[in-house]
Amino acid sequence: MTDQRTKTDVPADAPAPVSLTKTSWWKSDGAEPVRRNLGLIGVLIVLVIIGAVTRPELYGDASWVTNNVWTILQQASAIGVVTVGMTFVIIGGGIDLSVGAIIAVAGVWSTTLATQSYGTAGMIFTAIVVGVVVGLVNGVLISYGRLVPFIATLAMMVAARGLAAQISGKQTQVSANSTINDIASTKILGVPMLVIMLAVVVAGGWVLLNRTTFGRRTVAVGGNPEAARLAGINIRLHTVLLYALSGLCCGIAAIMLTSQATSAQAAMANLYELDAIAAAIIGGTLLSGGRGTIIGALFGVLVFSTITNLFAINNLSTEVQNMVKGAIIVAAVLVQQFRYRSLSQLFSRT
Amino acid sequence: MTSSPAEVVLKLEGVVKTFPGVRALDGVELEVREGEVHCLLGQNGAGKSTLIKVLAGVHHADEGSISWRGQPFAPASPQAAMRAGIATIYQELDLVDDLSVAENAFLGHEQSRAGFLRRRTTSARTREILARLGHAHIPPRRLVRSLPAAGKQIVSMARALSHDARLIVMDEPSAVLAHDEVENLFRIIRELTAQGIAVIYISHRLEEIRDIGDRVTVLKDGRTTAANLPARDTPTRDLVSRMTGRTIEYVFPPRTRKAEGEPLLDVQGLTREGEFADASLAVRAGEIVGIAGLVGSGRSELLETIFGARRADAGTVRLNGKAIHSIGAAVRHGMGMAPEERKSQALLLDEAIYRNMTLSSFSGYARSGFTDTSKERAAAAKTADQLELRPRDVTRPVRTLSGGNQQKVVVGRWLLGGTKLLLLDEPTRGVDVGARAELYQVIHDLAAGGVGVLLVSSEVPEVLGLADRVLVMREGHLIHEAPADEIDEATVLDLVMAGSLLEGDPA
Repeated sequence: MTDQRTKTDVPADAPAPVSLTKTSWWKSDGAEPVRRNLGLIGVLIVLVIIGAVTRPELYGDASWVTNNVWTILQQASAIGVVTVGMTFVIIGGGIDLSVGAIIAVAGVWSTTLATQSYGTAGMIFTAIVVGVVVGLVNGVLISYGRLVPFIATLAMMVAARGLAAQISGKQTQVSANSTINDIASTKILGVPMLVIMLAVVVAGGWVLLNRTTFGRRTVAVGGNPEAARLAGINIRLHTVLLYALSGLCCGIAAIMLTSQATSAQAAMANLYELDAIAAAIIGGTLLSGGRGTIIGALFGVLVFSTITNLFAINNLSTEVQNMVKGAIIVAAVLVQQFRYRSLSQLFSRT
Repeated sequence: MTSSPAEVVLKLEGVVKTFPGVRALDGVELEVREGEVHCLLGQNGAGKSTLIKVLAGVHHADEGSISWRGQPFAPASPQAAMRAGIATIYQELDLVDDLSVAENAFLGHEQSRAGFLRRRTTSARTREILARLGHAHIPPRRLVRSLPAAGKQIVSMARALSHDARLIVMDEPSAVLAHDEVENLFRIIRELTAQGIAVIYISHRLEEIRDIGDRVTVLKDGRTTAANLPARDTPTRDLVSRMTGRTIEYVFPPRTRKAEGEPLLDVQGLTREGEFADASLAVRAGEIVGIAGLVGSGRSELLETIFGARRADAGTVRLNGKAIHSIGAAVRHGMGMAPEERKSQALLLDEAIYRNMTLSSFSGYARSGFTDTSKERAAAAKTADQLELRPRDVTRPVRTLSGGNQQKVVVGRWLLGGTKLLLLDEPTRGVDVGARAELYQVIHDLAAGGVGVLLVSSEVPEVLGLADRVLVMREGHLIHEAPADEIDEATVLDLVMAGSLLEGDPA
């Protein structure tokens, strides 16, 4: 108590009393992602406990548990990659409703017979270029055409699905490329390739957001666009780049999904936009922009894929699953609002 | 003038309000009489806003007693405070832009019968109230969006009167008004008090308090440091010392240097339709040039156009001989701007001080796209020292700083960016007295270091005290130029206002 008192009475121009005293790990900066995502980690633990209680015979088998963890992570991989891109867009003050549709276009374009004739590199190149270009179109419409992000990407969602159906002739396009098809079944040192890809994208996204000028601009543009503009940041160009980044993530996800299904079709990645937005939001990203974390978004994705898995191992219907998902989104946002409110009250003066 | 002391309507004793980590009110005493204008004086953070919110029913006092017209007063909600007859007019007017004048006046207690709005009654009653306020010409059905700031304030007052308020709290009502509109506000306040309505008036401008106020209560750090001083006769020195705990006057540092040489900034014939026309001016390195003009004279628009934030219809801006057409080019060539609305135009409030300071220069500290936050922090800390920023801890969010220190963060941003020419739009708005003197010193130090400064302010003494050269702007035209020591306040005011009729929208 008295210690607390003297601390606040230190004159303002004295050296900042930060990190002079040894603090516990819990209060350190390194633990910040854990503290911030406490609610989601709690939800994950509860889900695992429910799984163990409802199917004790499965959870008793260590190799089944290991396999099941990989299954959950593989299921989280493509949507996780999309969510990283989505998180950037939302932190930057926008929204991208077209991610599912972009994946469909990139998927079917990269699996046409013509594209497949260029081999593995041709297919990967096509998926990524298509994703980036559609993202660029989104960005240009929003930045220079001054369309509201919601409207621009809603239009793109509809149009890109149409384009995907047109390209594929509404047929499922089977991938005959074994290298692509093997991605989903390859393991490196026991870790599935898809999980490694997710890890690389998440790590890359974290570095990009927290350690680069691009990330700093993203936060500035989303947090206060006018301040960013008057500080000399080219907010229009940056907005274009954010949507292109989201498109890039969609291109990567298209390859992952094509590999998992060994085919692509116009209806693939249906409603991915909603899952990605929900995961980003329950991961602590502010829908109005300016604040958000990649790690939180990853936890959001993991919560959803764990729920799906929990229902699958219990042979329960997807209807109930969707109701639970909805409840979790609401609960997570409520918890975060409460946390943020108590924080801001701490800082607010008269 | 008052023949017999009027009845005390509001009395606060030992009012305490704590928030987590802050004791915002720590023993406030306040006594307001019927029909008086009671001024509340205090620096930012002294507790004025919290006090207002306690009276308005937004916050509830933790300790102490409040009595209102002889009864204990503890409003459960803003509606309850309104019903009890206490109305608050906030600095950021809480009007709904897309509703009409009448709808705003009766917002929350609409005139209705069986759920159906009585539009005619509402309009008629609004007209009555507007007439009482001396503004019968404002049509009740007009959208509030289309009114100028002064008109919106009238609507706020109409709302207070629609509740039959007996006490109106006004939080810096003059901050959004031009000079002649302030006169009009004062006339209305006098009429209200003549009807026995009490007014609590908050302002940073001492001259206004002398003009309109009856008594003054001074707050400092959540406590009443002086109560019921006579507004007209208390020496400024006394008021300021009670606000700050030290004796500070508006001291402008002496001008020592004379700027010579080629102009750093050269503006020729700059025009934007409907805002300003044919503006030409020059600023040399180390020179402070001030633009005096009313709100709506086009001064802020001129500044933003020079900075490249608005596109000019005609004319050129050159910095060191290089043409400036965009913000990007302006910043690259060494121009910086501290805009009028700090919070909405300049700051990321939830971000750390150092990140705000390096907002225009973080790329410079980065290596191949990777930011170097420790270098940024070190540079920001150095600048924070130079500017005497409080607190010095540059990792704190900007939101926690006072107005003056937030302004220092914005200035610091451009110092870090190596700015050669700084544009300052109302640099001391919302900045308390003590911090003002420090900001003046900062601006002078900048100029002494060779930075050119172009400054816009509504406060003529500020322009005259700070600048080497003064430009006068009226209705979009630069009409006069003079060295600051060859022109006085009266002359500038005369030029600024002569022939100006700011009754309609200030374009």
